[in-house]
Amino acid sequence: MIRLFLGLVGLGALGASALAADPVEIGIGYLRRAGVKPTLSLVEQPAASDGVAGARLAIEDNNTTGRFLNQHFTLEELRLKEGDDATTAAMSLVDRNMAFIIADLPADALLKAADTVRARGVVVFNAGAIDERLREEDCRANLIHVAPSRSMLADALAQYLVWKQWKRWLMVVGSHEEDKLYAEALRRAALRFGAKIVQERVFEDTGGARRTDSGVTLLQRQMPVFTQQVPAYDILVAADESEVFASYLPYRTWDPRPVAGSAGLVPKSWDAAQDQWGAVQMQNRFLKLNSRHMTALDMQAWTAARMIGEAVSRVNSVDRRTLFDFLKGPDFSIAAFKGQRLTLRPWNLQLRQPILLVDGRMVVSVSPQEGFLHQVSELDTLGVDQPETKCKLH
Amino acid sequence: MWYRCLIVGTLLWLAGNLPAGAFIAYVSNEKSNTVSVIDTDKWVVIKTIKVGQRPRGIEFTRDGKFVMVAVGDDDTIQMIDTGTQEVTDTLPSGPDPELFIQDKAGKILYVANENDNTVTVIDLEKRARMGDVQVGVEPEGMALSPDGRVLINTSETTNMAHFIDTETRQIVANVLVDSRPRFAEFKNDGSELWVSSEIGGTVSVIDPARHLVTTKITFDIPGLRKEAIQPVGISIAADGKTAFIALGPANRVAVIDAASHQVIKYLLVGQRVWHLAFTPDEKWLLVTNGISNDVSVIDVAALKVIKTIQVGELPWGITIAKQ
Repeated sequence: MIRLFLGLVGLGALGASALAADPVEIGIGYLRRAGVKPTLSLVEQPAASDGVAGARLAIEDNNTTGRFLNQHFTLEELRLKEGDDATTAAMSLVDRNMAFIIADLPADALLKAADTVRARGVVVFNAGAIDERLREEDCRANLIHVAPSRSMLADALAQYLVWKQWKRWLMVVGSHEEDKLYAEALRRAALRFGAKIVQERVFEDTGGARRTDSGVTLLQRQMPVFTQQVPAYDILVAADESEVFASYLPYRTWDPRPVAGSAGLVPKSWDAAQDQWGAVQMQNRFLKLNSRHMTALDMQAWTAARMIGEAVSRVNSVDRRTLFDFLKGPDFSIAAFKGQRLTLRPWNLQLRQPILLVDGRMVVSVSPQEGFLHQVSELDTLGVDQPETKCKLH
Repeated sequence: MWYRCLIVGTLLWLAGNLPAGAFIAYVSNEKSNTVSVIDTDKWVVIKTIKVGQRPRGIEFTRDGKFVMVAVGDDDTIQMIDTGTQEVTDTLPSGPDPELFIQDKAGKILYVANENDNTVTVIDLEKRARMGDVQVGVEPEGMALSPDGRVLINTSETTNMAHFIDTETRQIVANVLVDSRPRFAEFKNDGSELWVSSEIGGTVSVIDPARHLVTTKITFDIPGLRKEAIQPVGISIAADGKTAFIALGPANRVAVIDAASHQVIKYLLVGQRVWHLAFTPDEKWLLVTNGISNDVSVIDVAALKVIKTIQVGELPWGITIAKQ
């Protein structure tokens, strides 16, 4: 009788310890925009997995760490189709018990998603939108920005050009809204760091096929004509986020001048050529998992998912409030292979980060440039700073 | 009579001119794929040995007959014969070896395979792989407890120091440290384990028995932004009283009172100082300056940098033994 009793107790204890061994689960949602914009350059065309591939690698990295802490991460991917409502998609992720959502969405859809999930205590990580207003007048208390802002990218470029003493710019702006926003950021950067835009020209998008079989024959005649008779200048800065003309400019300008901005020397948060500060290890892991090179969007998504993983391992909890408070607190920082720890700007939850200047094959420089000082963090010389911000988080 | 004086005189002369405990240092140059050999009497490079691709971790074997150097891009460890100062052999190492450590007897080698989240265990006599341990993301730092029972491996992206039982080869504990741990070192009496966090900017002092961080050594250099202070290599003197920590792009070595864990002094060396090694008599400490391509020599008693020696490109690791 006693033996039976003891046996049952033993079984119960075994059962209890088996239950305790189950890892704590953290679900992260990944919400992707419908389309992928075609690029002028064939080699720059984003892969179907652009962005989410980085998040997948981060989940693997988080789970390697999580094995030792009895924590397990999963990624739930949701890709919008043309015309889909971002709010419905976001809520469906929340209903599937996702603790956080990483989003690669255009600005309006991103704000709608963030506003919808706020009541459920979910924080959204902006991995893809560079719009300034998201960090300024349209900032949100539950929106963390991992993607750099337009002004951060423009400032990073301007600092280098000024350091290089290429201070006289010819600016060529596209005719679409986002091109004009980029031009605005570049104008601000020129003023801020001491460059002079000697002239501005607009490149009208008159439609037509992006690729034709006889492309270069016409282009090498059109581009020089378009860029002739400019007052003395050092560099052509192109604002062409719509992918209409900038990639056609290098080596075709009337005067022999380098190109920067949307082509030539391009500011980015990451590039496949980045090999400093242990980055080779990161590039190798990505290449092994995804069989292609890593893009800036991939790295932004990786960083977002790793921020969550880092928070979970440090506070050893999956309570969303606790994790978010830790992310916003003074003890949070993340290493992301850019040579220094990255932290969140407390006033608008933008991740501070160095910006790479790349030419498509090599990393040419990394901003902030030496000599640009700041009382809090030199990374705050990039982008809109705290005393200037319109953001009021509530 | 006079010939006895001659003999004694000659012997005395010889004694005065023999190099007092001459040492030799081997430095791995990550970019130029070479190893620089430094004579510590004259403080000059006496030979540059061509090795495989991306040499980093470098150590004398316990018997002093070879210098092992991990050539990561060749996925192997090369053996340099210290007599001929030539590469004579290779060891299996698992892929992409970075740092490694031998057991006290010099029979087992533990290798950190950075790309594979693995520590590989090698039988040095049989030149064969014995097994492996799955660790965190990007393993690098390796240390062995003085009693040989516990192997420590640090993983850069997982931010942990893993405690591995050398008998069972199982992980028995994991200690979370600040961002990007690079190097681990025990005090000689086994009472403390120090782990440097390059991006976190601190050195964690861990109680190896309780697996707890008991304190963190922090650094403050007036006029230098905190982000530039990136601790990597650690050398603790045998008596456990003083320690030296390389601070990366801060271009300085911090001198630490190992009892109070306070910084005593900062010594300005070359650019991007990462790894260090004492001469066996602990009179000198040599440090590698990756960006300025040189090695700085520190007089330990005087706490002064006395010399800079040009080596190959991107000097990384250093190991020193008797000639």
